[in-house]
Amino acid sequence: MGEFFTSAVLVSTVASGLRLSTSYLFAAVGETFGQRSGVLNLGVDGIMLLGAFGAYYTVLNGGGLWLGMVVAITVGLVMGLAMAFTSVTLQAEQGISGIGFYLFGLGLSDLLFQKLVGTPLPIRGFPELRIPFLADLPVVGEMLFSHSIVVYAAFLLVPVAAFVLNRTTLGLKIRSVGENPEAADTLGVSVAGVRYLTVMTGSALAGLGGAALATELGIFQQNLTAGQGFIAVALVYFGAWRPVGVMAGSLLYGLVASVVLQLKTLGIIPRSASELAAMLPAVLTILALVVAVQRERQPAALTKPYERGA
Amino acid sequence: MRKLIVVVAALALVAAACGGAGDEAGGGEGAAEQPFRIAVVAPSAINDLAFSQSIYDGLVAIQEEMGGPTKVELAVTDGTFVVEDAAAAIRDYAAQGYDLVIAHGSQYGTSLQEIAPDFPDVSFAWGTAGDTFGLPNVFAYEAASNQGGYVMGVMAAALSESGVVGIIGPIEVGDAKLYVDGFAAGVKAQDPTVDVTINYTGSFSDVALAAEAARAAIGAGADVLTGTAQMVVGAVGVAQEEGVLWFGTQADQTQLAPEIVVASQVYHWEVVLRDMIDLIQQGTLGGEAYVIDLANGGEEIAFNPGFDLPADVKQLGQDTIQGIIDGSIVVPAGG
Amino acid sequence: MGTLFPVAAVLAALVVGAVMLLLLGASPGEGFAAMIDGAFGGPRELADTVNKAVPLLLVGVGITIAFRANVINIGGEGQIVLGALTATALALALPDWPAVVLLPLGLAAGLVGGAVWGAVPGALKAYFGVNEILSTIMLNIVAVQGMNYLLRGPMIDPAEIESGSRIPQTMRLPPATDLPVLVPDTRLNLGAVIAVVAAVVVYVFLWRTTYGYRIRAVGLNPFASRYAGIDVKRSTVVALTLSGALCGLAGAILVFGSESHRMVTDGSTTGFTGSAGFNGIVAALFGGLHPIGTIPASFLFGALLVGANRLQRVTQVPSALVIALNGLVVVFVVSSAIWKRRLEQRAQLEAVQTGDQAAQTSLPGDVAPAAADPPGRDSGTDDG
Repeated sequence: MGEFFTSAVLVSTVASGLRLSTSYLFAAVGETFGQRSGVLNLGVDGIMLLGAFGAYYTVLNGGGLWLGMVVAITVGLVMGLAMAFTSVTLQAEQGISGIGFYLFGLGLSDLLFQKLVGTPLPIRGFPELRIPFLADLPVVGEMLFSHSIVVYAAFLLVPVAAFVLNRTTLGLKIRSVGENPEAADTLGVSVAGVRYLTVMTGSALAGLGGAALATELGIFQQNLTAGQGFIAVALVYFGAWRPVGVMAGSLLYGLVASVVLQLKTLGIIPRSASELAAMLPAVLTILALVVAVQRERQPAALTKPYERGA
Repeated sequence: MRKLIVVVAALALVAAACGGAGDEAGGGEGAAEQPFRIAVVAPSAINDLAFSQSIYDGLVAIQEEMGGPTKVELAVTDGTFVVEDAAAAIRDYAAQGYDLVIAHGSQYGTSLQEIAPDFPDVSFAWGTAGDTFGLPNVFAYEAASNQGGYVMGVMAAALSESGVVGIIGPIEVGDAKLYVDGFAAGVKAQDPTVDVTINYTGSFSDVALAAEAARAAIGAGADVLTGTAQMVVGAVGVAQEEGVLWFGTQADQTQLAPEIVVASQVYHWEVVLRDMIDLIQQGTLGGEAYVIDLANGGEEIAFNPGFDLPADVKQLGQDTIQGIIDGSIVVPAGG
Repeated sequence: MGTLFPVAAVLAALVVGAVMLLLLGASPGEGFAAMIDGAFGGPRELADTVNKAVPLLLVGVGITIAFRANVINIGGEGQIVLGALTATALALALPDWPAVVLLPLGLAAGLVGGAVWGAVPGALKAYFGVNEILSTIMLNIVAVQGMNYLLRGPMIDPAEIESGSRIPQTMRLPPATDLPVLVPDTRLNLGAVIAVVAAVVVYVFLWRTTYGYRIRAVGLNPFASRYAGIDVKRSTVVALTLSGALCGLAGAILVFGSESHRMVTDGSTTGFTGSAGFNGIVAALFGGLHPIGTIPASFLFGALLVGANRLQRVTQVPSALVIALNGLVVVFVVSSAIWKRRLEQRAQLEAVQTGDQAAQTSLPGDVAPAAADPPGRDSGTDDG
């Protein structure tokens, strides 16, 4: 066990945890917007997959990484528009339509990949961006400030999202629509408009999360996300609909996964217990919530469609 | 219940409306000569650069060899990870009178054991596995993936300067375990002082986790990596980025990272497929269990032509191949 | 009339599917003919459709209970796996017991396994405030790793270790646990009967017992229920436990009715469940969140899945299309519910206006209007 507590191992474990957290942090922060306004989108994983493919395909064909990100966001917006149309305008049961969007994204991204690309070809992702000065700090430099730009972007998104939700008029509208759509409507807030906006924003971020995954890994493959979108949805509940809480959940999940990998690599966790160790991120996420003292109430109108005058 | 009737009626209408088109499409193929019809059911995509691609490439090679699509007809149902769906597909292809139905997934075997006796005139093949269940119409095929793993493990140990070699696997089962154990044995045989870190991530699909497992191995000092199953594409990318060497298996992975892939173990299932088809055409529908290995040419170590492999290491690899072929080196089968 | 909307939605989704087929260079006519033939073409095809429908029905009925109690159970995948594991373990432990005892006992074990995996998120929600969406997603992950661990380790067929092939599967289960085949030359087995009986039992439970009434009351209005002295927390636990139990039963039937008569893993939950834990939710909605309505709904949804697989084989399009199509159908069906609700609303309004008592009272038997609304549906009146 002593092997684990060397600074080199700790540094690489934390860095690994941050990278693992990145893609579902994007998606989870995005999902937070939607849920805060009262819409549950369970289709995040499918949207991530389509975003991942969009970015991958763009980069593979010489479009460049930035255009790849734009494509992923666009794909996310389109899927978000469809999700918002079904859940806001058509008032479809959100838990179920999300599963439909998940399956659709899972199938379509694979279909497009097989037809347009075929065999997995590598792409180059964003280079490592060492933050001047900070990256040269001992220990934390390597740990926190020697990542690609998408990792920083995911974490920078957290304060931005928190600011928008808590300190702006828009944020107030989002929260009021999620808590009491009738009252918000009476005060002249367009419930549908706000929900379209949040769901599309959330989906765009899910697309971006997928793009982050594909570019960081430099590859696309059937079911590349392997269920990360579902973890992202769970983390929104973990974080009690607050971006900082969501980030804490993402970090917890990612760090536990990276610690497990590290302990397996060092032979501290025996091979015979591989699967039991692989349960740990999920188990600890639940346990952390059980022992957490503070527990917030979910947005009162979550999963409830709103119809004027109904 | 009324809903059901309505739907059935609606579907029947659609069927009637498009029935004509379907018949026409089928009518154009009234060929004089019956092609040999092969169907394959595989768990992942046929272009996965791994397990499923290996059988598809073999089938395409055989098709070419036998005179193209007019002589050999191929039907593919890939991405069938649901075992019961695979069983249904196998049954369906058999009922449609395919000459050879291939169940390309070890998890399909025990379903095939139940299906094959119901279709005594159809020949089945199951891989990768070594058991024909004593049935006269089932072939089995498997790869001695431990052999190629061993050869590459020997080279890996010779190439490693840090004295650490990393292996990434999905779950410790079947062909993956066989390969990993063979590779580790090769490393130890070449140099017992080299450390081998083995990490089974717990998933065949989690590319991100495999990538981080590769980083963890590199963090632990590994400068040569290998891995098996379709999620390792992420690990190959990490190896490329970090400039460590990679050995591939199941398909030639050079294209994933042309600068650092040293060699890949490639399967040539056509070696055994050819024999199966000959036997079927002579009226023997099964009973044989095939193993592809280095000796029969079913397994090949494909060196990356773009990688500057030191001549002595390449020679070491080739000597090891020769040793395994002539029996002077016995590769442990694991267990 | 209202029941036509989901049907129209399926057809609309298939039209999109037809466009995709055309883009892939396949003939939609040939494809859909194959689809119908694959699902309904003969006794074998019908049997396959029914077998596909059985887990959907059981999961769907379980989902109905959870929905009625205002909880979303997306842990069906994990609960199916747990039920299958406990049923398998029991069957392996008692190889010599006669079928009359072992088969029911095995099914009961599946029920218990799933119930436990449902009770955990239920208790977490009721007593620790852990949202069930979070816990069920996490417990699905735990279940798949547990399955892989057990089938690779403690429960693996010893012959797999002996031969070195190490396929992660158990021994063939004792033949006493084989679900009896009902129609010779098909694979239709007793599982279908069990599933239908379970649906009826759940219907009776929810609508004819006090306990069922309480669960529905909690779903409709937890605050009023608490005021009326109903233990809301307990009802939540009970609903998720029962929901899990039915998923677990589905798992047991999947194993006992499988081709190989044993449990096999490909490393994923879907490889074993065929996504029944998700698709069952859709079947439940398709069936109007009513146990009896879920019976034909599951059959149709099973037909769609079985038929789509045949479509893939005949047209040779990538199987990914089948998954995408499955998703489209779900989205279209769930979206079509609005027109059904509007129609019902109109019928009610008209009934109120004309004072037509018969029309008013004839509705509940078919669709149970207020309660048929998915949980939390804010109709603006009964939430107070």
